[in-house]
Amino acid sequence: MSSFVEQLQAWQAGIDKMLAKHPERKKQFATISGLPIDRVYLPEDPGQEYADKQGLPGEYPYTRGVQPTMYRGRLWTMRQYAGFATAAESNQRYRYLLEQGTTGLSVAFDLPTQIGYDADHNLARGEVGKVGVSISSLKDMEVLFDQIPLDKVSTSMTINAPAGILLAMYIAVAEKQGVGPEKLRGTIQNDILKEYSSRGTYIFPPRPSMRVITNIFAYCAQEVPLWNTISISGYHIREAGSTAVQEVAFTLANGMAYVKAAMDAGLDVDEFGPRLSFFFNAHSEFLEEVAKYRAARRLWAKIMKERFGSTNPKSMMVRFHTQTAGCSLTAQQPKNNIVRVAFQAMSAVLGGTQSLHTNSMDEALSLPTQEAVTVALRTQQIIGYETGVTETVDPLAGAYYIEHLTDEIERQAEEYLARIDEMGGAVSAIEQGYVQREIQEAAYDYQKAVEDNQRVVVGVNKFVVKEPPPTGLLRVDPKVREEQAAALAQLRSERDQKAVDSALAELKTAAENDQNLMPHFLSCVRVYTTLGEICGTLRGVFGEYQAPTTI
Amino acid sequence: MRKIRVLAAKPGLDGHDRGVKVIAAALRDAGMEVIYTGLRQTPEQIVATAMQEDVDVIALSILSGAHDYLFPEVMKLIKQKGMDNVLVLGGGVIPEEDIPALKAAGIAEVFGPGTNTHKIVDFIKANAKPRG
Repeated sequence: MSSFVEQLQAWQAGIDKMLAKHPERKKQFATISGLPIDRVYLPEDPGQEYADKQGLPGEYPYTRGVQPTMYRGRLWTMRQYAGFATAAESNQRYRYLLEQGTTGLSVAFDLPTQIGYDADHNLARGEVGKVGVSISSLKDMEVLFDQIPLDKVSTSMTINAPAGILLAMYIAVAEKQGVGPEKLRGTIQNDILKEYSSRGTYIFPPRPSMRVITNIFAYCAQEVPLWNTISISGYHIREAGSTAVQEVAFTLANGMAYVKAAMDAGLDVDEFGPRLSFFFNAHSEFLEEVAKYRAARRLWAKIMKERFGSTNPKSMMVRFHTQTAGCSLTAQQPKNNIVRVAFQAMSAVLGGTQSLHTNSMDEALSLPTQEAVTVALRTQQIIGYETGVTETVDPLAGAYYIEHLTDEIERQAEEYLARIDEMGGAVSAIEQGYVQREIQEAAYDYQKAVEDNQRVVVGVNKFVVKEPPPTGLLRVDPKVREEQAAALAQLRSERDQKAVDSALAELKTAAENDQNLMPHFLSCVRVYTTLGEICGTLRGVFGEYQAPTTI
Repeated sequence: MRKIRVLAAKPGLDGHDRGVKVIAAALRDAGMEVIYTGLRQTPEQIVATAMQEDVDVIALSILSGAHDYLFPEVMKLIKQKGMDNVLVLGGGVIPEEDIPALKAAGIAEVFGPGTNTHKIVDFIKANAKPRG
């Protein structure tokens, strides 16, 4: 008996055991015409090459997915990124989304929050509440999650440089609800390296930033064990203009830098490895995208096992969130974006995503309206409940073109990884501006291809129509800043200032002395020290990042 | 006559710089000299750089929605410094209904998503007043 047959039997036995506890969504799966659908389809005679490159769903190297039954067990988490204006308004939107059937929250913070300035800071002028919700203290966070039971929802927070502080606020809100940190489920993005290369909301220089990230890994492994401590993000790398190969390569290179930093700080790879998660883009080149997710899974599994010596399968799995490509949306004929998003979302599902955000049709124009958000969510529900692509695992596997693309993306990404290794890893490659320049060049090449009509963008360079300007866009009232500033003034006059001063002094000492900062973030936020005050103290110790000019 | 000098600038806290970098490259390919400020510039910093670099054009890019506040702030300073010859353009995710107010503040033209870079090059060549 070949070893693959044995592997298959063991896999089947494992599933039978699992199904006894967690049955699949249906007893039997069939097409709309009544044809039965198997859990997984395999080559007629799977040889060693198949076993090495593809394996079985839920098994190394995870090419076919990280769970053995994938969406037959449970659909992905439908998680819509949202947040604007005040905590109260965003709370309303979250509760609306939960009523409409989203299964996880995803918090968008405004830029001052992401860069560690309070709403009343001079540099926050014009930005408060614009691209997300404004959070300056625990008070705002309490309002944001009002009447949302934190033991029942999972919450993703797109926050990077101040990720530990916002997580501390989340833990503190949960405490007030009577929910212990060991029950909290969710994700902080906490991926600073792609901020330097692609997204821009950095605060501190790379080295102290990496230290804070490892502090969070270590703290959460003990205290918040179900929390995803990082979401290593290719999304923004792609949005900045990279190719699919670069997206995989630069994301995994960043991932390797985090793993190395944590191991250098004395953590065991399998202590923090299972809580690493990823975030990819779903762009318009449909089949290439499907292959991209598969290639990323296989490559990361190999890296964790062979390079970092992981022995826990959970550390080797790429569990990932996907968002459809904001940069592919057009301001022209915005309803066409619904169709773009649907194809992109389908590629993520065929690629085995664990959670998904579908963009709204009006995002090339402004923040999405409630109507646009609802259509975006319905798109996921239609894919999940109507199309049938969820009924068998990794349905495109074995297609010659898909497997070719999967191999090719993996191979080319490995070439990039070798180059980045030669430069001393992702941190050095970013400090030298290499990653930024690679992305920029790809972005410019794409733009030229569109302008030379080598690449068609419907409604932009072909099938162009004259249309009236869109109406009914969502606006954020500029008064939000004044309201937030007034609320902050009141908070500062009411809180126990002595407690704040001493918490900040202890934080400063801890930052200077290489102690884990997470307990100090918690002591600060509990007494209503503001985000700006905490980040200001850290700016004093760590300094601020100065970006190299790359053009 | 000297080349047209352009300051490509990112006012505010917005980190989206794909567009501004693509436009900087396109303007350079069209024969202009381009200086890029990098991210997180205050209106004061942008105007100071524009004076120091003696530019003919300032191209402002914002995708965060803060254009309604930051573009007029830049224009206010430009007028205070008497830099009336400088052509100021805006770009980014900017709803059409906001454009009249920005033009009233002195922004010469606003270019939204999907704009062909040749259109921006042509606009600058037709409207910039290079000195020397």
